[in-house]
Amino acid sequence: MQELINRAKELLADGTVARVLGWKAGDLPYNPEPAYFETAEALDEFVYNGFCGANLSKYMIEASKLEGKTLVCLKPCDTYSFNQLIKEHRVDRDKAYIIGVGCKGKLDIEKIRAKGIKGIESISGAEITDEADTLTIQTIYGEKSCAYADAMLERCHVCKGKEHKIYDELIGESKDTKDADRFDAVKAIETMSPEEKFAYFQSELSKCIRCNACRNVCPACSCRKCVFDSTKFDSSQKANVDSFEEKMFHIIRAFHVAGRCTDCGECSRVCPQGIPLHLFNRKFIKDIDELYGEYQAGEDTESRAPLTNFTFDDAEPSIVGKRG
Amino acid sequence: MSIEAKEEFRPKIVAFCCNWCSYAGADLAGSSRLGYPADVKIIRVPCSCRVNPMFILRAFEKGADGVIMCGCHPGDCHYSTGNYYARRRMTLLFSMLDYIGVENGRTRVEWVSAAEGVKFSTTMNEFVEKIYSLGKNVRLGDLRCRN
Repeated sequence: MQELINRAKELLADGTVARVLGWKAGDLPYNPEPAYFETAEALDEFVYNGFCGANLSKYMIEASKLEGKTLVCLKPCDTYSFNQLIKEHRVDRDKAYIIGVGCKGKLDIEKIRAKGIKGIESISGAEITDEADTLTIQTIYGEKSCAYADAMLERCHVCKGKEHKIYDELIGESKDTKDADRFDAVKAIETMSPEEKFAYFQSELSKCIRCNACRNVCPACSCRKCVFDSTKFDSSQKANVDSFEEKMFHIIRAFHVAGRCTDCGECSRVCPQGIPLHLFNRKFIKDIDELYGEYQAGEDTESRAPLTNFTFDDAEPSIVGKRG
Repeated sequence: MSIEAKEEFRPKIVAFCCNWCSYAGADLAGSSRLGYPADVKIIRVPCSCRVNPMFILRAFEKGADGVIMCGCHPGDCHYSTGNYYARRRMTLLFSMLDYIGVENGRTRVEWVSAAEGVKFSTTMNEFVEKIYSLGKNVRLGDLRCRN
């Protein structure tokens, strides 16, 4: 991390960049937050550890409008989102100085809590220079430990790889943490009966409080005006009874990013209710892969997205009933 | 005995028809005196590609029991390629509805040209029949949207 801070200070000093976009410590040991740094002194607060899950590429939309270059720290999976934003002309490549930071999998505090580890005072073993093997957690009830892999975010178990797709320089080592297939959960749902499927999504989505965190964090949800902000829309707010409203919100949210979603997993990470929102995005990705050929959004900046493309012999919509 | 009179189930069916083919097909069905059920309410759209997935979900939310989208046959779109895009969108949307547990069959896409009055009438008859068998749509409604 010191290497990263030193390099950022150098680039600030020689005027290559006007500001640094990274993370600073939050009020708890496990919630660093995205932050801008404009001076070398401010950079002393810079942190980068296993809890820095936030994808900073969306912040570059606003940063592209500012004077001068912005140094942005992107993890391997964040670079897919950045590429996708370049493709959509939402960010300016020339306004960004990308440091590809190493990543050994990011941590989910909820998973640590679920192990019964409460009253956390400090956590060690989550620094980028560590081996990402075991976490040692100081709690008010004494010292506890937890395997790093058991505390990883769901998205890191289906890691897209340790390659940065776009960068100006690389700092730190990365590790491919993939140990599961990303479509497993989707396939499991597909085999359920309609009643089971409906009950499953009803139970998950009725937890939704319509805080819009999933929409606001999503790098692909970057429209200036969002359909769900319209006041003329009688279901723009949360319904106080079980209704189709939550499902509609989540279907449309996922549909609007279908073919553009890089599967960065931010929606599920930020959901305060712990709804597995990636299940919607992955269903679209799986369908697109099966029906229109494998496609990974953000892999490059030129290819045409599947929903803005077609072939003469695409499957008819009636295929849905026939696939079973 | 219940206070409310028992009402017979009459499905509400929304049909999005493209201006250039299917709407003209519906016209032809009418002028050829081919019947189709009055439960079908046609909404004319400039092209099947105009149909936003949101239209379909909103129709259900507001109480539709079935939604059918009709457009020109692939290759015959008035705007050359509109229905090819619509085809991909609807395939993904229907697959998603199936995924969340909505009975498959409440949604349908059919390509009907301006010369196919007979196809229009048989398609609508079939679709209404199907919706009668599926019954009332309870999963996709939102009470706030009913009026």
